[in-house]
Amino acid sequence: MGKTIDARGLSCPQPVLMTLDEISAMNKGDLVVLVDNEAARENVIRAAASQGWLMTSIQSEDDEYRITISKE
Amino acid sequence: MFSKNYFVTSWGIIGVGILIGVFAALLQKWGNPGNMGICVACFERDVAGALGLHRAGVVQYMRPEIIGFVLGSLIAALIFREFRSRGGSSPIVRYMLGVFAMIGALVFLGCPWRAMLRLAGGDGNAIFGLLGLIAGIWIATFFMKSGYDLGRSHKTYTSAGWILPITMLGFLILMLIFPQVQGQDKSGILSYSLKGPGAMHAPLIISLAVGLGVGFLAQRSRFCTMGAFRDLILFRQVHLLSGVMALLIAAFFTNFIIGQFHPGFENQPVAHTMALWNFAGMVVAGMAFALAGGCPGRQLFMAGEGDGDAAVFCLGMITGAGLAHNFGLASSPKGIGPYGIAAVIIGFLFCLFIGFTMRKKSA
Repeated sequence: MGKTIDARGLSCPQPVLMTLDEISAMNKGDLVVLVDNEAARENVIRAAASQGWLMTSIQSEDDEYRITISKE
Repeated sequence: MFSKNYFVTSWGIIGVGILIGVFAALLQKWGNPGNMGICVACFERDVAGALGLHRAGVVQYMRPEIIGFVLGSLIAALIFREFRSRGGSSPIVRYMLGVFAMIGALVFLGCPWRAMLRLAGGDGNAIFGLLGLIAGIWIATFFMKSGYDLGRSHKTYTSAGWILPITMLGFLILMLIFPQVQGQDKSGILSYSLKGPGAMHAPLIISLAVGLGVGFLAQRSRFCTMGAFRDLILFRQVHLLSGVMALLIAAFFTNFIIGQFHPGFENQPVAHTMALWNFAGMVVAGMAFALAGGCPGRQLFMAGEGDGDAAVFCLGMITGAGLAHNFGLASSPKGIGPYGIAAVIIGFLFCLFIGFTMRKKSA
């Protein structure tokens, strides 16, 4: 199980900054990002993709999103 | 699992930018002031005037575009189940950022949207404003990189998210109860300009329809003129920027076709030629928008989605408009106001204070 970033309650750019910081620290693997608004969800997925990290799953529960991104 | 939102694709945001650019230019043809088809700062200032929060007789009109922005976003958020009542992320800080964002914008005479529209209409002074905007956002990104954060927002009662949309609906009802009367500067409790930019407006129904449409599309696409430059500087991402560039180009071509393109620096509509203060005003506005997480349009759209913190920022901007005209901080076509320079300096120091002191980790 990879690391989890809790970006709930945060608006962009914070969720993206947190995700990119962790991506550059990890280099590869699985990363879970929790967000609670659609703009953050889209921005995190878009920013991750720009670094070669692809979304492998997304779960929605109670207005929150659990995004898993990974890089081999 | 999730319905695809085509508006957040590259072509989606470009399409939204084109539509906003075309309709902003057309609104000018239909009656709005020159190079001011849509200006969130100017129009909120006019709203402040209509409510009597300032006594500048030339800028008083309850702009239906502003009402439409919030309600259009609300409708989109409700349809697509994205309405979320939230708040509690440093509201007082956001309020004051709104105040200074408005003051800075009124020294330049326009928000980022109008900066684009001024450029698209040939106003060269807008270049200094845009450079200031980018500089202000660039300064703010240093704080973001070193942990600047206004704190998390929290879910709250659904009704809390409805406060600003209901207020806007109330403003619309006031316009219907107290409609503009030819030759009168007052109708019931609302003030109406008899001359100046406040007296120039498209018909209510058209302004409202365009406002609703833009609000709807901007909510779906997350269109943001500040985020455009912030994401470019911070992440080298051009997604939002492509929308803003589409707006600029579409407005330019529309202006060109309908004869509204007049290149030059002198005698541009609702503009002054003091380059330094066009620049400095927008530095303050750019910092404030960036530190608050959205351009003035985006703040209205987020408020329509139930974001109480964005709503507080919008109210801060309306307050800032009142102060800017009551205190002589706002510019006019003759140049900056008597206390405009002091206000820009105080606004700059305020933004630095917020940026330096509200960081979770040290630089």
